[in-house]
Order: sequence, then C-alpha cells, then structure tokens
Amino acid sequence: MSSTILAEMPRADAKTAAGLGRRRRNADRLARAFAVLATLVALAFLASILITLLYLGVPGISLHLFTTITKAPGSQGGLANAIVGSIVQAGLGTLIGTPIGLMVGTYLAEYAGRTKLGTAVRFVSDILLSAPSILIGLFIYQMVVAPLGGFSGFAGALALAILVIPIVVRTTEDMLRLIPVSLREAAIALGAPRWKTIVFICYRAALDGLLTGVLLAVARVAGETAPLLFTSLGNSDYSGLGSAMASLPVTIYQYAASAFDDWVQLAWTGALLITIGVLAINIVARFVVRRR
Amino acid sequence: MEQGSDTRTPAVRAVRAGMVPAAAVEGPTKLSIRNLDFFYGANQALKGITLDLVDRRVTGMIGPSGCGKSTLLRVLNRMYDLYPGQRATGEVLLDGEDILAASVDLNGLRSRIGMVFQKPTPFPMSIYDNIAFGVKLHERLNRAEMDARVEWSLTRAALWAEVKDRLQTAAAGLSGGQQQRLCIARTIATRPEVILLDEPTSALDPISTLKIEELIDELKQDFTIAIVTHNMQQAARCADQVAFFYLGELVEMGPAAQIFTNPKQRRTQDYVTGRFG
Repeated sequence: MSSTILAEMPRADAKTAAGLGRRRRNADRLARAFAVLATLVALAFLASILITLLYLGVPGISLHLFTTITKAPGSQGGLANAIVGSIVQAGLGTLIGTPIGLMVGTYLAEYAGRTKLGTAVRFVSDILLSAPSILIGLFIYQMVVAPLGGFSGFAGALALAILVIPIVVRTTEDMLRLIPVSLREAAIALGAPRWKTIVFICYRAALDGLLTGVLLAVARVAGETAPLLFTSLGNSDYSGLGSAMASLPVTIYQYAASAFDDWVQLAWTGALLITIGVLAINIVARFVVRRR
Repeated sequence: MEQGSDTRTPAVRAVRAGMVPAAAVEGPTKLSIRNLDFFYGANQALKGITLDLVDRRVTGMIGPSGCGKSTLLRVLNRMYDLYPGQRATGEVLLDGEDILAASVDLNGLRSRIGMVFQKPTPFPMSIYDNIAFGVKLHERLNRAEMDARVEWSLTRAALWAEVKDRLQTAAAGLSGGQQQRLCIARTIATRPEVILLDEPTSALDPISTLKIEELIDELKQDFTIAIVTHNMQQAARCADQVAFFYLGELVEMGPAAQIFTNPKQRRTQDYVTGRFG
C-alpha cells in the first residue's frame, strides 16, 4: 500500500541527487570548521589566562605565604590574614545565606507554585541573582557600615550572604521540582504531615543537588571583590569580625595596581590561590552530582 | 462478536475454572460511599457514586481510562486535599463516620486508610527506614518493637526472605517487583484498616504481578482492600466484588463472577468482553 503512495512522488534523478549530496557535505564541512574555530578561540583565551596566572603566580608560592601576614612593601609579607579573612567571610556568608535561600527555595517549590506572591518572589530572586555585586556592597554600606560607624568583617559576610541567597534559592527550587509528585504523595498517603514530607523525603532525595547549589554559591562569593570594598574594606593584620577584615580579592585589588614588585607578585599568587580554590569546589560539586 | 460468545474471554475462563469465588459477597460494611460527586475545578469526574466496601473483602474497580476509578481511590484517603480546586460532595463513611468532614484529622485518617500507587515509590533511604518512617509518624516504638514491626510487615508482604540480610541497604537497589512489595509492607506496617491499591502491578513483570496478587489474597484476612486495575483477569482473580465505572458513573456492581459471566448492564458486558476500553 505504501509503495503506491511512494510511486506517486516524483524522484530526483541520480545526477541532481549527487549534486545535492555534495552541496550538503560541503555546507556541513564549512559549519564544522566555523564551530571548531570558535571553540579554539575561546579555549585560547582561557588557556592564556591560566598560563599567565600560573607563570606569574606559581613563583610566589611558599610556606611563608601562608604563615605571614601582609606587610609594607619590601618587608617580606605574606597573605595569611587575607586567606583567613576570605575563608571566614565566605564561610559566614554561606552560613547565613544558605538557610534563608533553602527556605525561600522550599517555599517557591512546595508552597507558592504559580501564586502571585510566588511569581513575585521568584522574579525578585532572579533579579538579585544577576544584580551587580557592587550594588550589594553599597547597600550593606548604607544599612550596616554607615549606621554602625565602621567597616567590619561581619558586614562583608552579610554582603556575601546576600549574594549566596538567590543562588541557593534557584538551585533549591529547581532540585525540589525534580522530585516526582508520586514520592511526595507516597509519604503523605502514609499520614506524614507536609513539613515532614519535605524535610525527611524531599530534602533527602534532593540532597546532592542542594549541596551542589551551596558549593557553587561558595565558589561564586569566594572571588567577589566589589561587595567587600565598602564593607570589610581590608586589614593589614588578622582581625575579628567586628573590625575591618582582610580578604584575598580586596588584597589583590589593592596590590595588583601598586608600584611595588613584591606586592604585584603577591597579587598574582593570591589570584592563583582563589582560582585553585574555586576549581577545587567545582570539582567537588561535579563529583557530588555524578554520585547520584 | 455475538453476545454469548464471551466465554472466550480470559476473565470468563478464570471464573469457569473456579478461580473466582462465585458466591455473592456478604459481610459488614467497612467503608460506605454515598452519593459522591467529585470535581476537578468545573469538571465533574464522579457522578453520584454509591457503593460499599465490605469488611475484609477485596473490591475490584474496573473501567476504561478516565472513568474515575483512580479518582475515587484518591477521595477515599482525601489525597485530593493536596490540590486546590478539587472537591468532593456526598458522604464517605468509615465505620459510620464521615471522612469528608472538614474536621477530620487527615494524617490520622491516612494511617487508617493506606494507599499503594501505580509506580513503586521507595523513599531515598534504607529498606528498614522505609518502613520505620511511616510507623514513627503514628507510634512511639523502642528499637526491639520497631525491629519486630519491620520483620512482621516485610513477612506479610512476602519480602522478608529476600531482604532480611540487607535491611540497611538502599531501597532503590531492589527490583521493581520488590520495591512494590516494599511499598505494600510500608503501608501495612502502620496497620491500617483499609488498603487502596491503584493499579499496583501495571509497572511490573508477570512473576512480580503474580506475587502481588497472591499477597492481596493473603492480606484480605486482615484488611479491607480496594484495587483499581486495567487488567480484567486480575480483577477476576483478586476481587470478591467488582465495580464497573464508565464516564464517572458506577454502571454496575456485583460479585466478581456475576460481573464477568452475567453482567446486567449492556455497557458492562461490552467492556468485560473487550468490545471497548
């Protein structure tokens, strides 16, 4: 039956068909050549950044770097206080931002659905996600630093927390939405209240995804400079959260533009440290996802 | 196909072979549905359903897709409450008490009326914890009591022998048929009075299906069971009484043997003989 239908279709003669095939093959070759070229250009930029970073950063790596605080030019300073400051601020920022982001994401995925409030919260959170980070720094300066009359590590951590929140909101909502409705219904059919279903079933089922979101948030804020410029400012010594606090990105920002060779060296090495740290977090995050 | 030639259908063969209890179903009513209407928004999915689930008997619910049989199950444990816009009117009496009333404690109700779904839904935790999760919602048991409950429910679900040496391993590692029996074990572990089975074997292979059907036969000694199925042979094998639904209405209800060999309604006859559906 189908052969009669086919017979009605005019067939291209062999010569036309061969020409068509050749044209298509050529078009394919051209498209592939452009794609490969574009990939190579992108990779070349990335490779040159990494090579420059390694070339200029590696010579500065030593134990001294991790044990000595920043000092005046020419006096053999290290980065110890900046490293500690970065870990403290990024850590505290994550600690503050994660529970809030987790709860907002849970609200959006489990309770809000397509309601007006849900849509509005989702929209605002997505705007926050792409807001320039210097804006967050200025906001915390206005709300915390100026009223309290001083820069502090705590203000820096708060600014980073605000950056963490929308990232965790997005991943939490996305991950919870991946949990099949049937799993929720199964728990509710056993007589589980909504919150127990979310905490003991949904969170557990989405654990890897939620963890990945948090790790990506840490990686993002670890390299942020702008939100810290107006909040924790920087410090040439170790300091508590109540006073101005050093951090790697701000130190790099100050040192890289300086006229002193040893400070410039420290800036490159600091940039290398951040890159290694972020890379390590990303690798861990990928490993966590693959374990699924 | 002529009327009367329906002796060729497998369901009828099962009845003739004596696999289906021929006697009418008698016994006290466990769950009584009275004039039940159900709406998805403006769309009416159930129209004036009235039927009784007999205590410790199996009620099979059959009918083509979209006829409302699964919807009916979701009314019986108030699962529809999760979704705004879905509402039920009428009465559903569990031991004489209306479970559609607004004052009903839903979590308590769901511990009395358990449900097993079409696809196995193991929780992302160990086999042991899958069972303990539901029990802990309603009872405080010490470790030894919980161990005993887990063993009891897995034994009743015919799964104990296969998993007793790996109770602490992830439930996701079980086969589909084992996962579904785990879901049944999880449901009976809370010791409900009624068990709702929503096409419990449609995602399973024939051997797992057979195991679950044997299990249903065992479980009706202790539990009142309602099973929705697309499989007419399954309804004939498992159910004591069968209800046939069509377009949201209960067309006919009767002892399994009668529904499959001597239905009173033309529509039932057409459906069980495979003329549509």
